[in-house]
Amino acid sequence: MAKSSFSFKTNSWLIKRKRYHEIGGKTLAFICAAMVIILTLALVYFIGTKGLAAFFINKVSFKEFFLSTEWWPDRPLIEGGPKVGALSFIIGSLVVSMLAVLVSAPLSIMVAVFMVEIAPAWGQRLLQPAIELLAGIPSVVYGYIGLILLVPFIRDYIGGNGFSVLAGFLVLAVMILPTIISVSTDSLRSLPHQWKEAAFALGSTHWQAIRLVLLPAARSGIITGIVLGLARAFGEALAVQMVIGNTRKIPTSILDPVMTLTSAITMDMGYTTTGSLWNNALWTMSLILLGLSFFFILTIKVVSKKGGRY
Amino acid sequence: MLKRRKYLFIILMAFSIFFTVTFTGCNNQKSDSQIPSASGTLTIVGSTAMQPLVEEAATKFQTKNPRVQIVVQGGGSGTGLTQVAQGAADIGNSDISAYEKEGIEVSQLKGTKVCVVGIAVVTNPNCKIKNLSKKQLKDIFTGKIINWKEVGGSNQKIVLVNRPKGSGTRISFKKFALDGVEEAKGMESDSSGVVRQIISNTPGAVGYLALPYINETVNMVSIDGYTPTKENITGGIYPVWAYQYMYTKGQPAGLKKAFIDYMLSTEVQTTIVPNLGYISITAMKVTRGN
Repeated sequence: MAKSSFSFKTNSWLIKRKRYHEIGGKTLAFICAAMVIILTLALVYFIGTKGLAAFFINKVSFKEFFLSTEWWPDRPLIEGGPKVGALSFIIGSLVVSMLAVLVSAPLSIMVAVFMVEIAPAWGQRLLQPAIELLAGIPSVVYGYIGLILLVPFIRDYIGGNGFSVLAGFLVLAVMILPTIISVSTDSLRSLPHQWKEAAFALGSTHWQAIRLVLLPAARSGIITGIVLGLARAFGEALAVQMVIGNTRKIPTSILDPVMTLTSAITMDMGYTTTGSLWNNALWTMSLILLGLSFFFILTIKVVSKKGGRY
Repeated sequence: MLKRRKYLFIILMAFSIFFTVTFTGCNNQKSDSQIPSASGTLTIVGSTAMQPLVEEAATKFQTKNPRVQIVVQGGGSGTGLTQVAQGAADIGNSDISAYEKEGIEVSQLKGTKVCVVGIAVVTNPNCKIKNLSKKQLKDIFTGKIINWKEVGGSNQKIVLVNRPKGSGTRISFKKFALDGVEEAKGMESDSSGVVRQIISNTPGAVGYLALPYINETVNMVSIDGYTPTKENITGGIYPVWAYQYMYTKGQPAGLKKAFIDYMLSTEVQTTIVPNLGYISITAMKVTRGN
């Protein structure tokens, strides 16, 4: 009797404790999730209000900001007043990151194919750590290598003074390789193996199966990888800033120096005072970067929905 | 039973947080008001041109007053002025007067001129130019002269290396060397050290640096025949120099006053200041207004 009543007691106590943990754990997870959501919303709100202040408080016209290249944020009123045209930075960012993706994407896709299809055993064993290493190198190191090796090389053997669009997108291309490779690899690997077997059964060679069946089937994953790479290229500040020469002009050749949105922000932010037009214009650039990353995420969502899971 | 233990735990946590907050609060108040110079912390933010000097002086000051902790940060003159105006820093370093800065409430800031720094035109060492007239300098920096052969050098394209628009060095250079004309668009770099590195490696590069940053890797150019020596600057013959200000919110008091007084002391002004390539404020024979 006594024994059973005791075991009953322990049981109810255990159940109680379980329920308590259940509620506690769920509450903790909920609080953490809520905090992240609030943080994100707060960031978007903050950058949004700061970024729009240039237009609504300082009365800069959208036309001036997006279509002018005149960047004189501190020009006194007697000389014509300040001008904050960011067109050259927007173009700089677009040109450098698009070119980086153009170089990096074909290379990455081929490497992914090599790892998954052509040499799955030793290719994988050799390349996987190499890619992880590439992803782990801090951006300042990439920038430094670019500054010490790439810039003088371009100056001596190709032309210009070395600090150029070319140096910028080459450094970025290497930096976004791991992103595109790993996403493409995952996407290729997750294809059902029956598809490849069916292609073989229909008489296609290995390369034909890769080119006509596997790559098209993995399309959505590969595009996701490319867009992620593009997003990373857009947001990269430090490495790019070190090699592009930071000149506030629209480049006319890939040997011209250029300035990107990120480097324009880091270059000026130390000198501006909170609430000034100059400061607000920098926030507007941050808002553009935020808007672009929203756009990239949206693109990925649309692409992965369209392409299905494979 | 378990619940009670949890409650106890929460109460303990609450108490510990409460005590940490109150105790650190007390500490802060004490260091701010009670003890004038012997202990406390000091945050100094701003001009990168002044940073080597202030760091060196802060180290010495801390050896003398072991209970004092001084944090020296760069960030640029604008940052220094903004942070001190907002109360985020105790002292803001700046190579430009607060009057030249948009969006600063000048009335509440008190600036002390600590020393003077000369700014020199520098080129890549392969460029053998030793002197430029002010007219030539202006033409180079406004993009009218684009090749070194036009000013007597070799046939080499000129590459302009600027500091960003808000840099104190750039503002002073534009004002006193270029008489306020707008520079052509060139490469920009946000620190003096990187400017030196780019100029020493890029053929045809020209830029400007505060004297403490100049070394044998770059070629210094005189303006109108005057080199930026100490005598030429103190005598007012070489025009391109800037005051180095330390700004406080309101009149400096307590530890802030002690440190600024130390900066102005004979010890700092005759050892650290000249050793690092700055010019003592007391040596100046000419003065400029704010």
